[in-house]
Amino acid sequence: MTTIFDLPVSYFGLQFLIGLQNGAFYALLSLGLAVIFGMLNVINFAHGAQYMMGAFLAWLLLDIAGISYWWALLLVPLIMGLLGVVIERAFLRWLYDLDHLYGLLLTFGLVLIIEGLFVSVFGSSGLPYEKPQALAGAQRIPLAMITGNERDMMMIPLYRLWIVAVSIVCCFGTWYAIERTRLGSYLRAATENPALVRSFGINVSVLITLTYGFGVALAGFAGVLAAGVQALTPHMGSNLIIVVFAVVVIGGMGSILGSIITSFGLGIVEALARIAYPEASGVVVFAIMIVVLLMRPAGLFGREN
Amino acid sequence: MWSSSLQRRLPRIVDMPRMTIVAGIIVLGALLVLPQFIYPVFLMKAMCFALFACAFNLLLGFTGLLSFGHAAFFGSASYISAHALKVWGFTPELAILAATLNSALLGYLFAYVAIRRQGIYFAMITLALSQMVFFAALQLPFTGGEDGIQAVPRGALFGFIDLSDNRTLYFFVLAIFLFGLFAVWRIVHSPFGQILKAIRENETRAMSLGYRVDYYKLVVFVLSATLSGLAGGTKALVVQVASLTDVTWQMSGEVVLMTLLGGMGTIFGPAVGATVVLSLQNYLSSLGSLVTIIIGVIFVVCVLAFRRGIVGELQARWPRRNQ
Repeated sequence: MTTIFDLPVSYFGLQFLIGLQNGAFYALLSLGLAVIFGMLNVINFAHGAQYMMGAFLAWLLLDIAGISYWWALLLVPLIMGLLGVVIERAFLRWLYDLDHLYGLLLTFGLVLIIEGLFVSVFGSSGLPYEKPQALAGAQRIPLAMITGNERDMMMIPLYRLWIVAVSIVCCFGTWYAIERTRLGSYLRAATENPALVRSFGINVSVLITLTYGFGVALAGFAGVLAAGVQALTPHMGSNLIIVVFAVVVIGGMGSILGSIITSFGLGIVEALARIAYPEASGVVVFAIMIVVLLMRPAGLFGREN
Repeated sequence: MWSSSLQRRLPRIVDMPRMTIVAGIIVLGALLVLPQFIYPVFLMKAMCFALFACAFNLLLGFTGLLSFGHAAFFGSASYISAHALKVWGFTPELAILAATLNSALLGYLFAYVAIRRQGIYFAMITLALSQMVFFAALQLPFTGGEDGIQAVPRGALFGFIDLSDNRTLYFFVLAIFLFGLFAVWRIVHSPFGQILKAIRENETRAMSLGYRVDYYKLVVFVLSATLSGLAGGTKALVVQVASLTDVTWQMSGEVVLMTLLGGMGTIFGPAVGATVVLSLQNYLSSLGSLVTIIIGVIFVVCVLAFRRGIVGELQARWPRRNQ
């Protein structure tokens, strides 16, 4: 078996894959945050809680209604999107004329409510979710063409591969929708100058509501994906969302493609840190954020103002 | 003849709205008598959080900066204070001093990084930085991980005043609390405080008037962190525990709520907000996770309909004579 620093090559491969998978979640969530921020000027603190709700919803659908994972992938984003529309109409819309900080504070309050509700119903310990049979196995991959040693093999869990693939497709779809379609061009125009777009007869208010709904749906979708790889707890989202905030600061919210690249890159860097020095893996993203801020305050892909 | 400096200073106290003076005297009197009626440890805890919230308000209320990582200063100070008391055998005042210095330094590091961005990014950066402090508190050898530092001895003030009695400790904490509030009041009512308000109202304009905005932000951030550290260090002495709770992001959010609920931009509002929130947590603690929900609902209501907060609302309704 070929080793690097006394660790088998397959170990590196697996860590790399886990890094990509974390990057996939960062990408899905930071994309939603960026789209919402661009349109509403609100940092959606509840994004993590909505991701958690997505995961629990998938669990409920399977456990109570017997609805399979594949249908959950479709249904959960729809339900979460509707919920997002309700939240935007009921709460966020009253804050647009105020300082942006109130949006952050309001969504923080929502996090407390949502997490409190889920803790009182489901408790703090994790719930297991059974991932679909088709994705349960692992694929044996020979590494001989890289290392030249016939005995080098690695087992790749299919589900993790699936997360990465779906996330890439989803991110690319969002990029395409915003940058290349007519609706996306309305959206970008309304981000730049809502008053002007309104004067062309486009209903910006509805556009804003739908944007928030879409962002929340994306979070819910990520939640369903996450249900298959980790135990479900009411706090699974809030721990993740703070890392995603750091990812967003590093990438800057100016460019969609930029935030996707940053997300996957940071996921991989985090995985490498876990190999080199496991204790530091929790803070490596924050450390990178500090360095980036010192050298490029607007973020890697951001524009000043 | 009055000396000119005295002449300038005297009317300032006389000019204070009469209601403020009366309210101040009532509150002070109440603080002296209350430990007869209410469990002193709860009162002391409330004073620590009140000071924490007032210190936080220097940033949010008077400079317009939302820091979402203030738990880092409060919590790390309580760890330092607890460790100094328990392991190093410091006397209480030295332990609190060490904790305060720690937070001042930490505040400088935070501000140095965070003031490079404004608004929403500033909040996210402070949140991320405080999460690093959380991980440090979780993993450093001296913090005791999930257990925290427990059974912290209170020691003897200046080496000869035994603080193990709650009544004695109460007056020490009261002195710290009043000193902290006075510091906040003094900062707000100084020329420095006026410049902070100018930055809050219109940062670009303040800059165009020649003020080095970043420098002022840095200084006020450090001041706020220092006073938060003072509060955190004292809290560890009071409850004799330093735990992870005080460094979590939920705590950072809680201090925002206290400030918002009491009235940001008022000097004593955050203290009122802190007392309300702490009382809720104390008297409703049997409800378990429902308390979180209630606090979340208060948060949402405050943001949507009650942005002036309790004290701010009172001030707005009270007819002003002098201004």
